[in-house]
Amino acid sequence: MAAMLAKLMSLFLLGLIRVLTGAQARWVGCPPKAEQRIYFANHQSHADLVMIWAALPQELRSITRPIAARDYWTRTPFKQWITTAVFNAVYVERERKGEEDPLQPLIDALAGGDSLIIFPEGTRGNQEEPQPFKAGLYNLAQRFPDIVLVPAWIANVQRVMPKGEVVPVPVLCSVTFGAPIRLESGEERRAFLERARLAVMALRDV
Amino acid sequence: MIRMLRELTATQQVGALFVLVFGLLTLASIALFLRALREHPEPAAQAAARSRQREYAALMRTSWGMVTVFWLAWATGDTMASILFALVAFLALREFMTLSPTRRGDHRSLVLAFFVVLPLQFWLAGTRHFDLFTVFIPVYVFLAIPVVSAMADDPQRFLERNAKLQWGIMVCVYGMSHVPALMLLEFPRWKDRGAFLVFFLVLVVQTSMVVQHLVGRRWPRAPLAPNISSSFHLRSWLIGIVSGGIVGGLISGITPFKPGQALGMALIACIAGSLGHLVMKALRRDRGVPLWGAQGRGLTGASGLLVRVDALCFAAPVFFHSVRWYFGL
Repeated sequence: MAAMLAKLMSLFLLGLIRVLTGAQARWVGCPPKAEQRIYFANHQSHADLVMIWAALPQELRSITRPIAARDYWTRTPFKQWITTAVFNAVYVERERKGEEDPLQPLIDALAGGDSLIIFPEGTRGNQEEPQPFKAGLYNLAQRFPDIVLVPAWIANVQRVMPKGEVVPVPVLCSVTFGAPIRLESGEERRAFLERARLAVMALRDV
Repeated sequence: MIRMLRELTATQQVGALFVLVFGLLTLASIALFLRALREHPEPAAQAAARSRQREYAALMRTSWGMVTVFWLAWATGDTMASILFALVAFLALREFMTLSPTRRGDHRSLVLAFFVVLPLQFWLAGTRHFDLFTVFIPVYVFLAIPVVSAMADDPQRFLERNAKLQWGIMVCVYGMSHVPALMLLEFPRWKDRGAFLVFFLVLVVQTSMVVQHLVGRRWPRAPLAPNISSSFHLRSWLIGIVSGGIVGGLISGITPFKPGQALGMALIACIAGSLGHLVMKALRRDRGVPLWGAQGRGLTGASGLLVRVDALCFAAPVFFHSVRWYFGL
């Protein structure tokens, strides 16, 4: 019963997103393959995770888990249910609390074979260019050198529902997936993160 | 045979028309498929044939899609017809607004356009309130949208942003809403056959565009406005218009017009449609959107719906008003 409700909700959300935004996926740099991947994208609005989720084909959607900030997405029971039952998200703490590594939930998910969608900027930006990436991507790439890292650019989504507005406006949005990048042996953290950021930005003009 | 057709009821007549159109489309699809099986000896000719094949296949897909939408609209009754065309207008407006950069302050106006103006306009069309329907957008919405925009307190590029909004609403909502209105127009001795008028309009406009395109490709001349369209020549345009007019005159039997009237109406519709298409091309060039065809999918994956219906969006209001004015409806 609960599973059916979650399925209905996911179908409803998919339909809604498609009517509002089209949720077009453009696989420019790599094909939609069911291998273990980390998708990293620019972050402009709360709809980002739904956008990538809707843009993935159905087979990839079931094995790819977006990350969700625990403090925002567990605030109400409805939000918590949506992120766990429908999106199968991985919760992360945005602030470091105590001794626990904030990346631990991600590491557990990757060790279990899941693919991830992460937003390395950490918070929503509202500038033309993405903010400098946080270190999480580098640490994960070091720990799991075999996972394919796929950059993605989400276009136009900040126009759907800008900060402070309640009603979304239909605008065509797309997610452009680029060629995977690898962590070179001995590459320094800042250099890698900058390279990753440039890879995401390069997809804006494709 | 003509007498037998005339004795059928309105519904049966329109149904027969759709049977004919679907039959022609099926024949065309089969012909296209057989053409694809042909092989050319040289690779260059093969490549050229393949790209032409893709072009025709895309044209066939559009035609099948349009005819199916029209058939569904007619078969499901007045309300569903309005709803279906409202959906098409929604998708077209979405595409138009995507290509026109808006600012934060336009959000409320956009919400108004999509979720208030569009449903209201199509409701007015569906319930045959034609007088209000004709002036609602040009008078009331035209004045209301900038007011909402001014309340959003953003003066930067105010005129430009509101102009974009007005344009989008005029072309996508106002233009498209005239198609179901045409379907619902009531002539004194000619009821329930509005589908024939829509068919008339679409056929003559599409004929003129296709003829113009083919003639322009076969006998190219200096383009009239090379920065806007490299394929728009005066001669091919005139030939296209005249062809559309002749086709309109030929099928006047299914409309309440006499052949001469049908020719005149068809000419008006073709002129409006083809020139409207040119205007929309200028808009797309301004935004740097790639041309239609294999490159039709731009950055946002805009599926190119607007480019297929924009001629109709320009021709429908002109045709509708001409018909109403001429026949005093």
